[in-house]
Amino acid sequence: MMEPVKLTYQVDDGNYLAAGSASTNVKKVLKKLGIPSDIIRRAVVCLYEGEINMVIHANGGQIDVEIDPAAITMILKDVGPGIADIGKAMQDGYSTASKEARDLGFGAGMGLPNMKRNSDEMSIDTVIGQGTTVTMILKMQESL
Amino acid sequence: MQISRIIELLNARLLCGDVDADINIAFSSDTMSDVLASPEEIDVLLTGLVNPQVVRTADMLDIPLIIFVRGKAPSGDMIRMAEECGITMIVTNQKMFVSCGILYEAGLNRKETA
Repeated sequence: MMEPVKLTYQVDDGNYLAAGSASTNVKKVLKKLGIPSDIIRRAVVCLYEGEINMVIHANGGQIDVEIDPAAITMILKDVGPGIADIGKAMQDGYSTASKEARDLGFGAGMGLPNMKRNSDEMSIDTVIGQGTTVTMILKMQESL
Repeated sequence: MQISRIIELLNARLLCGDVDADINIAFSSDTMSDVLASPEEIDVLLTGLVNPQVVRTADMLDIPLIIFVRGKAPSGDMIRMAEECGITMIVTNQKMFVSCGILYEAGLNRKETA
């Protein structure tokens, strides 16, 4: 079986046009590792939505991805304002995004629900004024 | 339906990529999260939104063709990005509704409703 692969990316604050470059890189790595395409699709949707969130809602941050034979674990840690009401944030269509974010084709209140739907496990740890950490796990076996 | 046929039907202009791929399922939206939420495979994205996140979204979902409607042409950077990802991009002066109608009439997305 393959050795665990660890990847780390810095996400720039407010860099709307470059947002998603970490997701693009992770997709390339997953393809190289021969991960099944349905898992790649779900993983990159989770990661891309999360990465966009870090740029449009938070002040950037760090993404850590670990790929091992059992699972893909993605930890997105931002230094943004925190999420005041996680229940509302998880509702389809609820958004606090700026016009700039909406102009990019995001900010429709679908990011977190999309991430939840595409991951096997998702947890959100948020502190107002300090930041948010979203952890998403995709299990290899369940999708095989 | 081959991309070359889509170019004919929409009187579109090829911006980059090849025209041989077979296209069956279209999705039209200016909201990339809607595209990312689609449970089904998408062969072509029709959009009036022009920014690099459109190419990024198509790349994430392995969508081989992007059609820009209402004559909206992407920047050189976007074209280079699409070329790197192996994505074909075309632009048509048709409006979104008309573009979708023409492609639906010609057979796209018809398998699921047949």
